[in-house]
Amino acid sequence: MKISRSEVEHAALLARLQLTEEEMNQYTEQLNSILEHAAMLDQIDTGNVSPTAHAVQLYNVLRDDVAQPSLDQEKVLQNAPAAEQGFFRVPRIV
Amino acid sequence: MEVFNKTIDDLHTLLVEKEISCTELTRGYLKHIRQSEEKVRAFLTVTEDMALAVAAKVDKKIANQESIGILEGLPTALKDNMCTEGIKTTCGSRILRNFVPPYNATVTEKLQEAGAVLLGKLNMDEFAMGSSTENSGFFPTANPWDVERVPGGSSGGSAASVAAGEVPFSLGSDTGGSIRQPAAFCGVVGLKPTYGAVSRYGLVAFASSLDQIGPITKTVRDNALVLNAIAGHDPKDTTSVPFHKPDYTQFLENDVQGLKIGIPKEFFGRGLQPEVEKVVRQAIVTLADLGAEIEECSLPHMEYAMPTYYIIAPAECSSNLARYDGVRYGYRAEAEDMIDMFKNTRAEGFGQEVKRRIMLGTYALSSGYYDAYYLKAQKVRTLIKQDFDQVFGKYDVLVSPTAPTPAYKIGEISDPLAIYMGDVYTIPVNLAGLPAISLPAGFVGGLPVGMQLIGKHFGEGILYRTAYAFEQNTGYHREVPAWIKEVG
Repeated sequence: MKISRSEVEHAALLARLQLTEEEMNQYTEQLNSILEHAAMLDQIDTGNVSPTAHAVQLYNVLRDDVAQPSLDQEKVLQNAPAAEQGFFRVPRIV
Repeated sequence: MEVFNKTIDDLHTLLVEKEISCTELTRGYLKHIRQSEEKVRAFLTVTEDMALAVAAKVDKKIANQESIGILEGLPTALKDNMCTEGIKTTCGSRILRNFVPPYNATVTEKLQEAGAVLLGKLNMDEFAMGSSTENSGFFPTANPWDVERVPGGSSGGSAASVAAGEVPFSLGSDTGGSIRQPAAFCGVVGLKPTYGAVSRYGLVAFASSLDQIGPITKTVRDNALVLNAIAGHDPKDTTSVPFHKPDYTQFLENDVQGLKIGIPKEFFGRGLQPEVEKVVRQAIVTLADLGAEIEECSLPHMEYAMPTYYIIAPAECSSNLARYDGVRYGYRAEAEDMIDMFKNTRAEGFGQEVKRRIMLGTYALSSGYYDAYYLKAQKVRTLIKQDFDQVFGKYDVLVSPTAPTPAYKIGEISDPLAIYMGDVYTIPVNLAGLPAISLPAGFVGGLPVGMQLIGKHFGEGILYRTAYAFEQNTGYHREVPAWIKEVG
């Protein structure tokens, strides 16, 4: 086993996913099968290999530091599940 | 008028010579969509009124003797992960079922500027995760060649709509094969351009280092015409590459004399269905008969591409999809506190495959496992890229099957790993950021088989040249599913 049931529960918490018992069991099994397949990468010596950062190399993509127009507040909020006085409204935090 | 079999040039000529008005043409396609959708179900949204409004403008231009561009007045449709201002963009997910973007993707803008008439948005696997369009949060799409079979995925709606003649061209997106594999399953031409050649601005992100938008068309020439319209540097996408964009139609030469074609032996291994291999080997013989120099070559790290991809893509997915939290847009599940609201929103909004990949990616990026999985995969990715660099020192183009099998039946495969294996020949190309095209190479039991041509970075031209020569000397692109002729 590459990944235990409690590690799956921890990943679900990190991912903010409410999973059912059945999903927990199913994902534990399926993630193990995928990770066992991925374990074949350990066969390769990558000691002197740099990780890929870009498929096509680009460096320091910057634009001039000048303010540009952005979306109107009304447009930004039009898809919000709840909005009030120009803000996104969310459930109580504290 | 029959619309299902027209190329871009055919349609442009009809409009310019005033044999048909743009409004009539648009109505013709909308009628064809209504009839063929009973079988295919490629569309999530049809934008009839908006399309007719654009068509009326084009008609006015034509009436005023103004000249029109090659795509102007021609119907098209977009995969539903490309933002369209004022038109629902669901990404095939329940979590975005009511999302109406406040802005356009760059490709949407470019097609609008070219005067194309948007007829609607196309079905896909949820968040482009899948290879059959069965993972759509709404309904599966059927393969026009056999409606009991999948159209491939994740751009299944994009490929099926073109194969069914519902639009002459569409756009798809490709993260691990999502343009090429459905193009192969549906018998059409699909190009995944070089990473950075087409802007990703306004494309709903899945795996940002792999995602790329490209055209799906009936013919190679049509494909080059659409790429002309959508490629180019975009300051709004930091991974967009400033490069000299050629006129891609200049490469459409019916000549492969002296072209050096490599046949990577790793792409003809275990898992490849013998009937599919036969079709692709025959296609290679055709290229040799036309004067190309064919030689077997090797990409030794290819067997590691699948596991590398299934670490990198879910890792990037888990990060990108963190934004669906029920706060700014999309579905929200009500709850007493904030954390429960997040957890319930995501549990109810996402489908099984998306959750599985978020879980896998979250785990691979989590503290203590990052080096073992994600960093390791990014290092192996470098080796895969180096393999390609090496063979491209010697060859102009590589040829392989696009997928190991033709289209399978809806519901036939349920094991995730088995489905992932269907992308074994397309995934390495995304990892290396290379361009590749799938084009019809023949049939097995009445189902289309695709051949994949892989090129160097920004080598789309030579792919078009090779594909065009093959197409002109074979003619599989002229085949149409029988029922479509009856619909008309």
